[in-house]
Amino acid sequence: MSTNTVYQPKTKTGRIADFVDQRTGASGMVKEFGRKIFPDHWSFMFGEVALYTFVILLISGTFLTLFFDPSMAHTTYNGSYNPLKGIGMSVAYHTSLDISFDIRGGLFMRQVHHWSALLFVASVSVHMLRVFFTGAFRKPRELNWVVGSTLLVLAMGAGFTGYSLPDDLLSGNGLRIIDGIIKAIPVVGTYVSAFLFGGEFPGTAIIARLYMLHIMLVPALILLMVAVHLFMVVVHKHTQWAGPGRTEDNVVGFPVGPVYAAKAGGFFFIVFGVVAAISAFFTINPIWNYGPYDPSPVSAGTQPDWYIGWADGALRLMPGQLWDFSFDWIIPFPWGDNLLAMGVLVPAVVLVALLGGMFVWPWIERWVTKDDREHHLLDRPRNAPFRTAVGVAGVIFYCVLWAAASSDLIATHFGVALNDVTYWLRALFFLGPIFGFIIARRIALALQRKDRDIVLHGREAGIIEMSPEGAFTERHEQVDDYKLYKLMTFESHEVLPAQADRAGHVTRSEKLRGSISKFFFEDRVAPVTKAELEEARSHHGHHAVEGKDDKELEQ
Amino acid sequence: MGDHSHGSPQESGTVAKAQDGSLDKIQDPGLPPHRARLTDTDPRAAKRAERQVAILFAISMIGTVLFFVGYFAVGHPESIAEIRLQNMLLGVGTAFAMLGIGVGIVHWARTLMPDHEIAESRHEVRTEEDRQDAEAIINTIVDESGINRRPLIRNTLIGALALAPLPGVFILRDLDLTKESAGQIVDRLRHTMWDKGVRLTRDPSGTPIKASDVQIGSAFHVIPDGLNDTEDPLNEKAKAVVLLMRLDPEDLSVSPEREDWHYNGIVAYSKICTHVGCPVALYEQHTHHLLCPCHQSTFDLTQECKVIFGPAAHALPQLPITVDDEGFLVAQSDFHEPVGPGYWERG
Repeated sequence: MSTNTVYQPKTKTGRIADFVDQRTGASGMVKEFGRKIFPDHWSFMFGEVALYTFVILLISGTFLTLFFDPSMAHTTYNGSYNPLKGIGMSVAYHTSLDISFDIRGGLFMRQVHHWSALLFVASVSVHMLRVFFTGAFRKPRELNWVVGSTLLVLAMGAGFTGYSLPDDLLSGNGLRIIDGIIKAIPVVGTYVSAFLFGGEFPGTAIIARLYMLHIMLVPALILLMVAVHLFMVVVHKHTQWAGPGRTEDNVVGFPVGPVYAAKAGGFFFIVFGVVAAISAFFTINPIWNYGPYDPSPVSAGTQPDWYIGWADGALRLMPGQLWDFSFDWIIPFPWGDNLLAMGVLVPAVVLVALLGGMFVWPWIERWVTKDDREHHLLDRPRNAPFRTAVGVAGVIFYCVLWAAASSDLIATHFGVALNDVTYWLRALFFLGPIFGFIIARRIALALQRKDRDIVLHGREAGIIEMSPEGAFTERHEQVDDYKLYKLMTFESHEVLPAQADRAGHVTRSEKLRGSISKFFFEDRVAPVTKAELEEARSHHGHHAVEGKDDKELEQ
Repeated sequence: MGDHSHGSPQESGTVAKAQDGSLDKIQDPGLPPHRARLTDTDPRAAKRAERQVAILFAISMIGTVLFFVGYFAVGHPESIAEIRLQNMLLGVGTAFAMLGIGVGIVHWARTLMPDHEIAESRHEVRTEEDRQDAEAIINTIVDESGINRRPLIRNTLIGALALAPLPGVFILRDLDLTKESAGQIVDRLRHTMWDKGVRLTRDPSGTPIKASDVQIGSAFHVIPDGLNDTEDPLNEKAKAVVLLMRLDPEDLSVSPEREDWHYNGIVAYSKICTHVGCPVALYEQHTHHLLCPCHQSTFDLTQECKVIFGPAAHALPQLPITVDDEGFLVAQSDFHEPVGPGYWERG
């Protein structure tokens, strides 16, 4: 290896960089990433929030592991919190209390950990909504969407395993629910439960097992997925909003160094600061109020953490009996009767269906639209009314389940009957997504028309003019070319009827695809064309144009 | 506006579109011109922004100091109020320490670093040449391995690979620390500590309950006598815990085979919800309803705890009780059916 003697760095920074480079060959990296362009938009920040809260989780979690002991051995409390003195509890709960009361900054770290966990799942979710509603999951990013969906599931897993660790009354009851769900699994449920809990519920093994998952396996998988996720972001480069100067072939934005590094790097500290401020003022999970786990008591108004709410809500909404029909299905077999607990299994299927639908959506959309091109420009949600409507329906579906997890609190806070809340939510479970789909699509189409109107006739200037005849009209102002271009350039899918294959057959799945395509794309607003724009501009005022267009459509 | 609805049999009518042959796109006007910021044109504004950034960084330093004030000055807190104060100081200190740096850097980037956008062209994810090379390499690999030519090897390999992970699953069998057989695991779920003559005692003290102590309308949380002395009290309790109430016998509708399961209107039912196992902890005296606060399954005490609302699918199991010679309530036997949520072997 010959060292490079030709190049002599002139500045001090240059000498350090040269020193490092001669030993690591990092100049290639700098060349590749130093001025890499990142597009800028406020909605791109949710993914950053997710990444940064995960870093905060690792930092605060490491602190907590230094003081937490996941043992379920029995002990008697002798810490400084008087109301629990002399009470029997597990070592896990004892050390959780010690972290809260006897270790300086321990309570703060617990708060930071729990709050950033909630924020982590929230930001992953909102990030996914952003990606969904803008169509950023389309080719070539489908696999990254799957990685992101996996991250959401892992985030929920990390949250739930952590929720259970303090071994307080609330977390114990959460585990009992999990035990009940596992037992409902046909054939193997009983054994899986026995293996998980090391025998009977609650046993003396579960906390240590969840601890292993919570601090090792799940975070490692999340880290791996984050690495894959970011690697693919680099491979694909970032998506960007359509607009003047932005095409499918370029990326417009700020270079990593110094602007983007400063903005994104600084944003980490902002996220940390906000989490610290929330932790300073708002107590979360005050485990000392709940007491140690005991299978007998439970407090009214028990709530899971928000991200598990939808699963708990599904359990609540499902009726166990309809009139005299029980959802405990007893199946007679030659060796005796077996039981299918459909009341628990059906909600589980609903959850799996929603998650599964999320994972496969990019392929569903690709199948319906037959669109196999690469997409790097984002759709404004209004310009993809079908997708926006599907997304809104999904969000409503999720939110109904989520609200159902608080049906008891809804009843007490609004002074309504508990059973009525459940009946209403059951109705909303079926009707909400349908209404949401219809309304969202109508709104999206209406917004598209508004855009079309602005392009053709200008924006409302807010200036009312009176003509010599005494008529009042509002003046419309032409928007500038850049705004115009932004409003006009989008793709509007058209209905693609069922196609015959080479043998001339129209397969059943192709018929289905055709009818879905009709359902999705029948109502659409086409982008304004150059001819239309020129025609609109050649007329004065917008009444003349309206009359013309009406005639066209009647033909 | 030309996009009102004009439906016809051929068209839903809500399509607003251009005339045929005019689908030409509008010219991209290119990146909008860069607008100079105040800090770009006015040196005093730039200087002011510089000072603002420095002040924000200084706020961060003050925040870190505040953290140490909370850590040392409050010391080891003795009371809840002190813990709260310390938590607040640590939190506010950290918040300022972090926000000072974060807001400072972002403000620096927004006001003083270049803010004109740059365009960069995308490169293809992979070049056509690479793709063809890779395909050729993979074909060579598959070819040289001969896996397509030797189906016997391929099929037995698939079989072996399908079976090989199974031990990895089955080895988890020993996670059940009780070392019981499959039958015993199921059996365990069917039985609780209750047995003929076991006294009903208060939860958690374990003191026995006299029938004469139970007034009409009162409710007791009950565990079997001796539960606290067992090896794993929580495991036993998770199955055996019972709710005891006394109703006017007139209010009870009792099926013929359960006629002697209550004592003077005193009835005992499993407290474990048959939905997913949460404790059914709420008793409404007026309606004689039992409610699980977790998922709102509601059971009617007067009708042998059958489900009247919510996700539970079967009634709460009843514990047959009577009194012993000394007037204490005792169980007549174990529950006659498994308690808690449904499972495959429950039948």
